Amino acid sequence: MASIIQGANTRTDAVQMNEAEPKGWLGLIFMLPSIAFITGLFIIPLIMTVWMSFYNWPLLGRAKFIGFANYIELLGDSQLWHSLGFTLLYTVLVTAAIMIVAFPLAMLVDRPLRLAGFFRTIYFMPVVIGFGAASTLWMWLLNPDSGVFAQLLLGSGLVDSAPRPLESFWPALAVIILMVVWKTAGFTMVILLTGLQGIPADLIEAAKIDGAGVWSRFRRITLPLMRNSLLLALVLNVTSSMLAFDQFFIITQGGPENSTISAVFSIYLASFSSYRLGYGSAMSFALLVVLVAISSIQLTFMRQRPEES
Amino acid sequence: MNAPKPTSSAIPAGERLGFWAFIAVSILFAVFFLMPIIWSFANSFKPAADALANPAALFSKAFSLENYRRLENVGAGWYVYAGNSILVAFGTIVLTVLVSVPAGYGFAKFRFPGQSLIFVVVMATMMIPFQSILTPLFLILKMLRLQNNLFGLVLIYVTFQLPFSIFMMRNSFDAVPKALIEAARIDGASQWTILRRIMLPIALPGVATVAMFAFLNSWNEFLAALIFLSDQNKFTLPIMLVNVSSGIYGIIDWGALQAGITVTMVPCIILFLLLQRYYVRGLTAGAVK
Repeated sequence: MASIIQGANTRTDAVQMNEAEPKGWLGLIFMLPSIAFITGLFIIPLIMTVWMSFYNWPLLGRAKFIGFANYIELLGDSQLWHSLGFTLLYTVLVTAAIMIVAFPLAMLVDRPLRLAGFFRTIYFMPVVIGFGAASTLWMWLLNPDSGVFAQLLLGSGLVDSAPRPLESFWPALAVIILMVVWKTAGFTMVILLTGLQGIPADLIEAAKIDGAGVWSRFRRITLPLMRNSLLLALVLNVTSSMLAFDQFFIITQGGPENSTISAVFSIYLASFSSYRLGYGSAMSFALLVVLVAISSIQLTFMRQRPEES
Repeated sequence: MNAPKPTSSAIPAGERLGFWAFIAVSILFAVFFLMPIIWSFANSFKPAADALANPAALFSKAFSLENYRRLENVGAGWYVYAGNSILVAFGTIVLTVLVSVPAGYGFAKFRFPGQSLIFVVVMATMMIPFQSILTPLFLILKMLRLQNNLFGLVLIYVTFQLPFSIFMMRNSFDAVPKALIEAARIDGASQWTILRRIMLPIALPGVATVAMFAFLNSWNEFLAALIFLSDQNKFTLPIMLVNVSSGIYGIIDWGALQAGITVTMVPCIILFLLLQRYYVRGLTAGAVK
């Protein structure tokens, strides 16, 4: 009996040693396929982006090294600057709109009711539909001839003729923002909901007993304690908005007068419409730097712990 | 400390009012989020004349499949595109699971020098958008002769699913109690048996989450499919939709478009309704990282 226990003990020791060192390299073997994927289809293309950006690289024919010429051209490319400015404008407006809708939504469905869960599911539903399908769906909703919006507005007598929002800049931007809010507010709602549910209920109760009103409870307790999920929602919304493409390619097709060409749309045009792969790479790299800068600034804010109140 | 004591009847009345306000506001929002989907679905079954006369109506007298029949004449026919989308989604799911499960296991249960560096590199892929490396990816696929090829598209989708999936699987394997593994080792179970009989059952919900995200992202992806596929009969559903929506000679067949939208979005909605908790799991896993 004693010898069995003894044997078991030495086995355990051996196992623990195994876990620590000799079998450790086995883990690397398990990771190899993923390392192959990420090296071949992520790290190498990433390096290639930088390398190609120094070349005049047509689709057919020889690539020619041209130094910083692509970047110099990029600085003077007014269409590119316009599209970057437009992307920033869109990002600010759409992020604000999503937050303004998603925050009340999260507060609304943050209750321990079955019904709240039911509504949560409904609000989230457009998130799982792709941007491509959602964009074509809204194209139909918005079209002046057989669209639902035109019919409803005409039927209610609010307008005399069917609105054509895609024919001028601000209405076009407004309907795109409406569509994106519809499509993605549920996602932000869930992120904010995890933050809301992380707030201890007794903290709110205690504040209530101390006579804190609804507004001061929200400002002094809810907001500070939700800091991290708010920032996460911001990071995710800002980065995805900066990369917007589908809705502008499909619904506005860059128009009217090229005013809604987003940054990724410009890259698409340079690389896959004009087939200037080198110039497209330079634009890609510039966008990448901007994006990484934005998300690292936001993430640094997130790392700072909120002070205990 | 001197909280005003509400009278006994005030609480129920106030709460009831609050409850009905909650219901009313919730229903308003529900209409906003649900109606576009319902409208599109309803119109896909209307004859063209009805859809034009009254697009906002949810029911029409005549039920018709003519929109779906017309969608058969769009390009190679919608079932070819649906078949392509299914192939791409299925391939992405299988490869993503096959690659990310062992990787997650490796990150969770083994230690070797340089391991954390690899993990950081893998996670960094999440920070850098795939849109910024599309141009070289196009050249790489061309070199591998995988451009304009559904398998090439699958490889791209798998790569961009990997960071999230590996993260998810590492956390799932981390949740397996060490004592359980050691007990199995003492009983003489091999590494492989432990993985198969103990770790995988516990990590299975994580696999479901990974598979679900792989499906939705590959089914819905638009930009890479637009760039990497050039043959009409290789398109996926989102590309078909855009082709229908750009019209022929300036005339857009809205009925066929509705049918296409329905075919594209209904599988996603059904899957989400069935596996909702795995989806939300994935989102919250992202949120706590």
